[in-house]
This record gives sequence, structure tokens and C-alpha cells, in this order.
Amino acid sequence: MTPLIEMVGIDKRFPGVHALRDVSFDLRAGEVHALMGENGAGKSTLMKILSGVYTRDGGEVRIDGKALQLATPRAAQDAGIGIIHQELSLMNDLTVAQNIFIGREPRHFGFVIDDKQMERDTAALFSGMNVVIDPKRFVQGMSIARQQMIEIAKAISHDSKVLVMDEPTAALNDREIDELFRIINQLRDAGKGIIYISHKMDEIQRISDRVTVMRDGQTVGTRNTPEVTLEEIISMMVGRALVQDEAKVPDLSAAPVALEVRGLTRGREIRDVSFSLRKGEILGFAGLMGAGRTEVARAIFGADPLDAGEIFVNGAPRRIRSPRDAVRAGIGYLSEDRKHFGLALPMSVRDNIALTAFDKFARAGGLLDDGAMHRTARESIQTLDIRTPSDQQEVRLLSGGNQQKVVIAKWLLRDCEVLIFDEPTRGIDVGAKSEIYKLLNRLAAEGRAIIMISSELPEILRLSHRIAVMCEGRLTGVLPGGQSSQEEIMALATLRPSQTVAPSEQEQPA
Amino acid sequence: MTDTLRPGTTTGPAPERVSFFATATAQRLLAFASLIVMVIVFSVLSPNFMQTSNIIAILQAASVNGVLAIAVTLIIITGGIDLSVGTMMTFCAVVTGVVLTNMGMPLWTGVIAAILTGACAGFASGTFVARMMIPPFIATLGMMMILRGLSLITTGARPIYFNNTPGFDQISRGSLVGQVFPSVPVPNGVLILFAVAIAVSFILNRTVLGRYTYALGSNEEAMRLSGVNTAAWKTAIYTLAGAIVGIAGLLIASRLNSAQPALGMGYELEAIAAVVIGGTSLSGGRGTVLGSLIGALIIAVLANGLRVLSVAQEWQIVAMGAIIIAAVYADQLRRQKTG
Repeated sequence: MTPLIEMVGIDKRFPGVHALRDVSFDLRAGEVHALMGENGAGKSTLMKILSGVYTRDGGEVRIDGKALQLATPRAAQDAGIGIIHQELSLMNDLTVAQNIFIGREPRHFGFVIDDKQMERDTAALFSGMNVVIDPKRFVQGMSIARQQMIEIAKAISHDSKVLVMDEPTAALNDREIDELFRIINQLRDAGKGIIYISHKMDEIQRISDRVTVMRDGQTVGTRNTPEVTLEEIISMMVGRALVQDEAKVPDLSAAPVALEVRGLTRGREIRDVSFSLRKGEILGFAGLMGAGRTEVARAIFGADPLDAGEIFVNGAPRRIRSPRDAVRAGIGYLSEDRKHFGLALPMSVRDNIALTAFDKFARAGGLLDDGAMHRTARESIQTLDIRTPSDQQEVRLLSGGNQQKVVIAKWLLRDCEVLIFDEPTRGIDVGAKSEIYKLLNRLAAEGRAIIMISSELPEILRLSHRIAVMCEGRLTGVLPGGQSSQEEIMALATLRPSQTVAPSEQEQPA
Repeated sequence: MTDTLRPGTTTGPAPERVSFFATATAQRLLAFASLIVMVIVFSVLSPNFMQTSNIIAILQAASVNGVLAIAVTLIIITGGIDLSVGTMMTFCAVVTGVVLTNMGMPLWTGVIAAILTGACAGFASGTFVARMMIPPFIATLGMMMILRGLSLITTGARPIYFNNTPGFDQISRGSLVGQVFPSVPVPNGVLILFAVAIAVSFILNRTVLGRYTYALGSNEEAMRLSGVNTAAWKTAIYTLAGAIVGIAGLLIASRLNSAQPALGMGYELEAIAAVVIGGTSLSGGRGTVLGSLIGALIIAVLANGLRVLSVAQEWQIVAMGAIIIAAVYADQLRRQKTG
């Protein structure tokens, strides 16, 4: 049988980088083929060639046995390739139906749009997927999961034979992932080919038929998923075997309490949340997306107002009404979206590290002491092992893991004793993740109090000394680290105050 | 604890209902309400304000700025800005003057010349922005100066009068309505404004071009990845806006019965002000013709009302600036509520 897609000997160069070297990849009809590799391995570049965003410098792409050029996104679309980008690309100010049919609206007289027809077609698409979304709703304010469903519907409506999904579950909760996998299975059964890019091993094992691993712009190998072990995939990805650390929970009963919050409340998002955190402790925050973890963090940090609640730092009550107050009280917050809220991407590593602490480097007359900034930046680069050619390198050119380290360096410089990490390893590849873990452990060992919000349970279990679990704005329980199971956490994460609440929250009747 | 329940919701946990005051409609209603309040205040303060002749003067004054504002609305919805509409309008008027007065061609050729000149100038701006990737602010700043220079060169800096073309002044000043209903002599210029408004509203709401205008301002890259030729559509929108500016050129030339080459600077800012007061977002993706129309009326009412009350013109300018800031601040407050 001819494969749906054959990519042979693909070569791609960017100025200064040989991004893809002699890469081969194939996809059969009716299979889910996982594509794995660390960030920068070349997965996205390969998919951008397949979807016509980049043109290749060498090699051949055959679809259904026919060699094709695929010079533009349009050409790839016409060849039956649909891609769901990691950064979702819908237009917020347009409705669901308008988004799905952008570029090929049904028309009267060639220029007047037939919105009714478009909405009917959209409704039919969704009912085929067993999803309930109103075609007339504006995309603005819809959850990532919904937006993904819309993107998938859009790809299906193009009669795509091939669907590329780039980290589709990055922002989904477990229920939404189940829903997504149901639809992926449905598409596979319908004979479509699906290329699934992800960092998450458990998902790959759950959904894929074959897995191809890339490293440094080359394909390392392709395996049938049921026959391959996790360790084997990881060693293929990093080129070495990784050692899995167990969470070591230190005895902190004598350590002073660094942060205590009592009765934090805001509307429906935060309901009467109280907890305390000792110096040297890592408190993991687990819960489903939208459980209120980020909201609690932002409230403690003064980024959003509170209706009620008290915050004590080192035993003393503090009024925190702005991030400025929080920083003065020694609390730092590392946002889950570091590109938007954590970094000035076009500025240098040095400037980013010194950015929030310019007062430390200011001399009389507001002049900046460049020498001192340089020394501080060098020091941070060394202690945190930030991989950058120099402290003058623009931050946007660093990998995700190293960008995260720059953010951490920035907060360390502010002498924060309480650090709140919101999804610290999102979008960071496996090798760099374990470095971030080591760094968190080291910061705790140095006596800093750490809150770590994470949607990845293995990460929570591996790092947390205690695990706080939230559901619908409430703190539903605190579990001891090192001995709790994923099941115990999930039980608390779905613990609703009354069983009658559950049915109405059901999103999509299957 | 059932307060979080919204039975029957099938579209997930995202907030379903947005407070009415947070909608764009609210912003337009707010603008409309301010307009009404202004009219009431001025009519109480001055008995002359509500006279038919004065109302017509206000509408007449709003017509040129209104048409320009509609053109700018299109550009701003795409996420751009157009600083050249004022001098472009003048250049269109000048070309009409050349065609009608200097070349002695018939009236209709002058109308076509104005619209065509605007479309060409718009096409040029669109090409700079969409194909040559020059930021709209810079591209239209350049166009503003180029067109002003061309107007002065073409005319030798002297006005061109339309005395040889009888009926030209009727385009704006005549009143078809007045012939039917002599008591309400609404000038043709106002009719043209409303006609343009209705036509552009239709284009924005119901046609492909209009849909892509919003889509461009909302997420241009997403559109490109959907296989849409974004550069071509963007150029088309600038071209359409240019043609509308051509109509404004006709209106002003007809009202003054002359093409004044030195005129035009400053009109672009007044047009942008009208658009902003009308609730169109400068970041693109949102906006309506109706809003800009109301914005243009607010500016005209304010200028007229203050003049009727004998407030010095300098203070009128100050008042205008204050209104712009107040309008955008109201919009900001609204946004913060939506979060």
C-alpha cells in the first residue's frame, strides 16, 4: 500500500543553522504517527515544510505517491494537509463559523456571504464530531480546548486526508484530553492520517500507532509504539539514558513558616483558600485547568484584587495590593506565559536579568552601571547554567529551558524568599526539564519557599514536599509528598462540594 | 452552593454571558447618548441651535468629515491607520478641477476622476503597506506629504474654481429632498454621506471583503495560514478607502465651488477622532460605520454648538481634544470590566 505521505531526504537550511538533514518520514492512512524530539530537534520545521509555510532546500514530498511542490499554505491545503498549530490561530473577533470558512465562504452573487449556509455547514461538522459548539458564537473568550475543536473542524471541512497536531494537549485538562482522543480515534477510523507531536510519553503510548524520534535535525528512528519502551524513546531523544529521581522529602517541621494565607476569597474563582508554606519547602499545586491555582497565585502576588483574605510573610501580616507590594514583601511570581509576562524578548540576557532590579545598578543621575550588570549577569549565567553565547544575546534566540532560567535569574536577583512557579516546564523539552527540576530542588535546599503549580502529575509527584489540590476555586486537600499516588490527587481534583453539581458541568454529551 | 450553576449550558465553563455594559454596542450607545445630551444642552443654552438652518449646517459640516471617517474606519479595522486622507481628499479635488475647469470636460468625468484618483492613491498606500511591508503609520505619512506636494505642484498653489461647470456646486449644496419637501432642504452632501455609510455598512457586514477587513485586524497571520491572499485583500481595502476619500474630495470641492490645494492637513486627525469616539478599536478587528458616523456628528455638533454660544475657536479645539480622551477612557473602562 502506498503511504499517504512520504517525505524523503528533506533538507532545510536557515542562515547559520542546518535545520533538517536528510530527514525521511512517512504516514499511512488510518494511523496516528507520533513525532517526538526535544525542542529544536526539527519537528516543527519538518511540519512547516509539509504544510507549505517553509520551502525545502532538498528532498521530495510525495502524497499518495505523487511528488508535490507544496510552495504555499494554500497548496498544502489543496493537497489535503491540515495543520493545527501549537499557537492556535483563530480570529477572536470572528464567529466560530466565520473562522472555519475563512477564505472559502459560501456566497451569493460571488461577493455577498451566505452566513446562514455557513452556520448550517458548521453545525453539521460539529454534530459529525459529536461536539456541541454554537457556530454563531465569537471565538473571543473560548477555552483553548474549544478553540482546538474548532481548528479540527476546520481541517475536516477542508477534506484533509492528513492532520498535523502540534502539542494539542499542552493546555487541556484530562477530560478535554479524553474528548480530543475520542475525536482522533474517530478520524483514524475514518482512514485519515494523523501526525501527533507531543512531549508527553503517556499520551504517545495511549494514542499513537508508530513513533518517530528526531534529534538535531535528523530522524533517529521509527518504532511501532506497542513494541517500544519509554526509556528507549527517551534515550533516542536525548542520545543518553535519563535517571529518574524520586522526590526526597526533607524534614521541615522545625523550619519557620515563610508564607501563610488565610481565607483568600474572590467571587467564584477563589473560595476560602488557606495554607502555609515553610522555608525550604516545595508545595505543589495540582488540579484541573481552571481549578483556580493560577488565580490564587496571582492574588497572592497582588496582580488581581481579593474580596477577602489575609497574607502573612514570615509571620507578619502584609497588605499586598499590587505586584510591587508583593516584591517588597519578598514574593516572586513566574508566570506560565513567560513570553508575555516574564521576558522582554528582543532585549539581551543581561538586560532581562537586571530589568526589575535596575535600582541596584543605578548610579547617581540615573546612569546604569553596565559593568556591575555584566558581572551579575555572568554570575547568573554560571550558577544557573544558562546556555547562551554571551550575556548580550537576545533572549528570544534562547531555547525555552534557557529562557525560563533567565526568568528565574531575574527573580533571584530580587532576593525573593517565596517563589511561585506557574507551570515552570511548559513547552520545555525533556532534557531541560530535569535541569529545571534540579534548580527548584536547589533553591528549596537553599531555604527558599517554593510554590509550584503544574498540570503534569508526574512533575508534581517528583518535586513536591506537600501537594495542595484544588477544584473549582477550593482547596480540596493537602497530601504528603513522596507517598501519594496520581489517583489520590485526581480524586481530590474532581471533588465537588455536592454531587448534584457534576452533571451540569458536563461539557459535551457524547 | 449552586450559585455557580448555569443549567443547560453546553458550551463549557467559559463565561457565557458578558455584561451588557461591556459590549461594543454599549460603547456606541454611550456615544449616541452623549450626542443626544449635547444636543439638549446646546438647545437649552441657545434658542438658535435647534433651528432648521442650523441643524442643516451641522449635517453639512459633518458630511465631509463623516465620509472621511468611514474611509478611515475601514483602515483602522484592519489594524492600520491612515494619515493621508486629508491631503488625498484635496488631491482628488484638484484632479477634478483640472479635468473640469482646465480641460473643460463634462461634469460626470469630474466625478469619475475624483473617485478614480482616490482609488489609485489608496492602491498605492495599500501596496506600500501590504506588499512592501511598510508600517501603515509611515506609509500613509509619506503619502500625506506626497499628495500635498502634488496638489501644490499641479495647481501652482492657486485654487481652481468651478465657475465653468454649472451644477458642480449642486453635488453638495443642492437639495433633492428640498425639491420634494421644501420645508426640509437636506443638502445632497448629507444624502451622499448616508448613502456611503449604508453601502460601506453592507460591505463590512455581508461581503467577503468586509469579512476579511475584520479578519485582517483580528489575526492576519492566521488568515494567511488559512490560505487567504492577505496582501491582495489588504490592498483592496486601502483602494476602496481611497475611492471613498475621492467622494469626500468631490463633496468639499463642490461645497467650496473650488479646489483649494493648501487645504487638507488636519482633516485626517478629525476623521480619526470621529472613528475613535465611535468606539472602533485602534488595535483592529472591531469597529462599525454607525459608530464613526455618530463620532463625526458629535464633532460637528460640538463645533457648531460652541460657535453658536460664541466660544472662541481656540477653546473649541481644546474641547475636541478632551472629548477624544474621554471617549477612549470610557472604552478602556469597558475593557477592564471584560478583563
